[in-house]
Amino acid sequence: MTPERPMLIEARGISKQFGGVEVLSDVDLDLHVGEIHALLGENGAGKSTFAKILAGVHSPTRGTLKLNGQTVDVSSPIAAQKLGIALIHQEPVSFPDLSVAENIVMGRQGGGLLSRVPWATIIADAERYLDMLGVSLDVNRPMRGLSIANQQMVEIARSLASDSKLIIMDEPTAPLTPREVDTLFAIARRLREEGRTIIFISHRLEEVRMLCDRVTIFRDGAHISTQSIDSISDDEIIRLMIGRTLKKFMRKHVAEIGETALEVSNLTLPGLFEDVSFSLRRGEIIGLGGLVGAGRTDVARALFGVQPAASGRISIGGSDATIEKPTDAINLGLAFVPEDRAGHGIFATLPVEHNLTAAIPGKVAPRGFISRKVERSISQKAVSDLSVRLASLRQPIVELSGGNQQKVILARWLLTEPDILILDEPTRGIDIGVKAEFYDMIGDLAEAGRAILLISSELPELLSLCDRILVMSEGRVTAELPRGEATQENIMQAAVPRSGVAA
Amino acid sequence: MTDSAQSAIRELAPARPTWHVVLVRPETMTFLLLIFGLVGASFLSPFFLDASYILRSFTLTAEMSIVALVLTMVVISGEIDLSPAANMALSACIFAWAQEAGTPLPLAVIVGLLAGLAMGALNAFMSIRMQLPSIIVTIGTLIFYRGLAQVIAGDRSIRVPDSFIGINTIMIAGIPLPVVIFVGVAVLLGLVLGTTVVGRQIYQIGTNQAAALHAGINAKRIKVGLFLVLGVVSAAAGMMAASRLGSVRYDLVLGGELQMVLMAMLGGTYIFGGRGTILGTFLAAWLLVIVSTGMTVANLLPAIQLTVLGILLIVAIIATNFIYARTQR
Repeated sequence: MTPERPMLIEARGISKQFGGVEVLSDVDLDLHVGEIHALLGENGAGKSTFAKILAGVHSPTRGTLKLNGQTVDVSSPIAAQKLGIALIHQEPVSFPDLSVAENIVMGRQGGGLLSRVPWATIIADAERYLDMLGVSLDVNRPMRGLSIANQQMVEIARSLASDSKLIIMDEPTAPLTPREVDTLFAIARRLREEGRTIIFISHRLEEVRMLCDRVTIFRDGAHISTQSIDSISDDEIIRLMIGRTLKKFMRKHVAEIGETALEVSNLTLPGLFEDVSFSLRRGEIIGLGGLVGAGRTDVARALFGVQPAASGRISIGGSDATIEKPTDAINLGLAFVPEDRAGHGIFATLPVEHNLTAAIPGKVAPRGFISRKVERSISQKAVSDLSVRLASLRQPIVELSGGNQQKVILARWLLTEPDILILDEPTRGIDIGVKAEFYDMIGDLAEAGRAILLISSELPELLSLCDRILVMSEGRVTAELPRGEATQENIMQAAVPRSGVAA
Repeated sequence: MTDSAQSAIRELAPARPTWHVVLVRPETMTFLLLIFGLVGASFLSPFFLDASYILRSFTLTAEMSIVALVLTMVVISGEIDLSPAANMALSACIFAWAQEAGTPLPLAVIVGLLAGLAMGALNAFMSIRMQLPSIIVTIGTLIFYRGLAQVIAGDRSIRVPDSFIGINTIMIAGIPLPVVIFVGVAVLLGLVLGTTVVGRQIYQIGTNQAAALHAGINAKRIKVGLFLVLGVVSAAAGMMAASRLGSVRYDLVLGGELQMVLMAMLGGTYIFGGRGTILGTFLAAWLLVIVSTGMTVANLLPAIQLTVLGILLIVAIIATNFIYARTQR
């Protein structure tokens, strides 16, 4: 806050190339001792790459790093740990079968190879670090089964155990509930008071504003601006991130609501969801809200035949439908953009073209043989319709940014001309500029008479896009709110489980 | 539309130049090694550049090479089958045993093919239906099939009728029939893999089976189909070997599975699936013949020959992984 604070990190001219492509060019950045510093930027802007360079995951192609005034070489994550730099991943990487205590002291030097494991010290230390964070956890229990929030706490405790001076949090709040976010922020502030420096990467501006002292904006691999958070407005931040002013964040679409496209009654899959009923009409966007793990994705997977429901009825266009596998669903005019893009969506090493046409083999191969010409023209039109940014249709899809990969997956399904579109967290991990494009597209699709089921954890997204919002909690639908009545408050009230306390 | 499409295709990572895409791939390495081997061998023996000598040498491994082409597709789909050599032996033994017992020759051939189909089906049932790892399943069936062959044939050689002997002496335009079959199968499978929907889907399944499922691709059906085809082709190859050798023993092409895997790997097929081509395995089959006959011509000890083949495989795997890591980041 006061600019006279001593410097912890001085980065000069940091550049990074991946296979000839410069993803980070000449970044200069200073981090003060005891500040919380936000890194903002669109996906692919270079903020995560920069963070990973600090943490020793990548080594820079050019540039120097100074820590406390001394030039250092952060050649590996272990070197980073020794220098007191810790990276907290969004989805914590831990050893699930080891105890919480072992995970906390992991990586610490512990005598010779054959010396006895000092269990008592390990457990006492682990408890001390968790106490420092104000977290009460049984340190003897295994990591497996801990909530993501608690796993993050263990990672933070681990960074304390190695006495980290710089803690990098890469989108830590995405999988957390609001209450867990509050806890995380309280801990972050306490760490700052102890003189530690925190880098906070997030897409959520309000969180940055609540927590951070200074903000640095990246764009296209370059450092654009570093400012005190109090001296910059949200509009200004967004303008710097995307290089243009965003006129409307979300457009309100008015689609004509038609006949019923999908009707679900008493759909049940024990252990995952129970008694789910709703109907979806053409031109309508229904939101499916709730906390992570409430069973929303499982309902979508059941509708699409990935993991069919045990009982209940699905009727499509007025007649009963049997959906036992995705092919059945596709033939009935369903499309499903899954939440886990890398695991369930893309064929990473295959060309963009092959990814685009994966669900329409009949169209690219009219007589069983693939027609390059037909495939190319279909792909080119799809890519330009959704303005996918890429270098070539033949490049592996994994080379595209997350938002553009997601566009390709959406395009894959639009090519099947579906009547019913299920979108599971379609904008997760996508930067604001591309998000706005997605919102427009979703609205356009509804206007074109398609029925849309939108699963989302972002309340503003649900509130502004959907005609109706269903809220799920612990596998059951706990509320159905028409557009006019839905508010962030009543969605959250329905989403939070009534019995017991959320972890 | 073209204009807007053009403007959409830009920015971000520049595409690799076309020559890069065409040339920087494992098959190029296989091809260069092939040329290198040819040149080297012709220095060792001037007879070597005699085309008929190379072709005659190739007929000795043509059966295995044909099977390796199908195996390549299995590996691309993300599975593996180590039992084809044992399948060849067992199918050939069943065939020979059946015709020895008085079954008419054509019927005995069909019995042999059906035996191969059944063996492929057993592999498919356990690997795909029961979802057991195919590497373990087919190590099991490799031993099982070879054991059954020994039960049927005992320690003796079963002769096959004279009319069935000599597939390698039939010439088509001066080329031995087994080589012609190998080239024909390679062209056919190359077309299937490169130009058909099923071929495309084999790559997609091998790259990401969960994504394939979500895209409505029936991965199980395609994989079962591949195991069945591999079973039948192995049986056919076993009987081709019987025709060439004139008799069948239980130890027909003993250890041949390793040579088949070697061909696929040398040709740039990625052991974890999703990448590889028929062209690569095709080239690798020729490479192996030229290297091993070249070494024989040069009077190298068999032990040294084995060492060289081992080194070749290691080099191939390192190069393949290196190229894939560099070109598909």
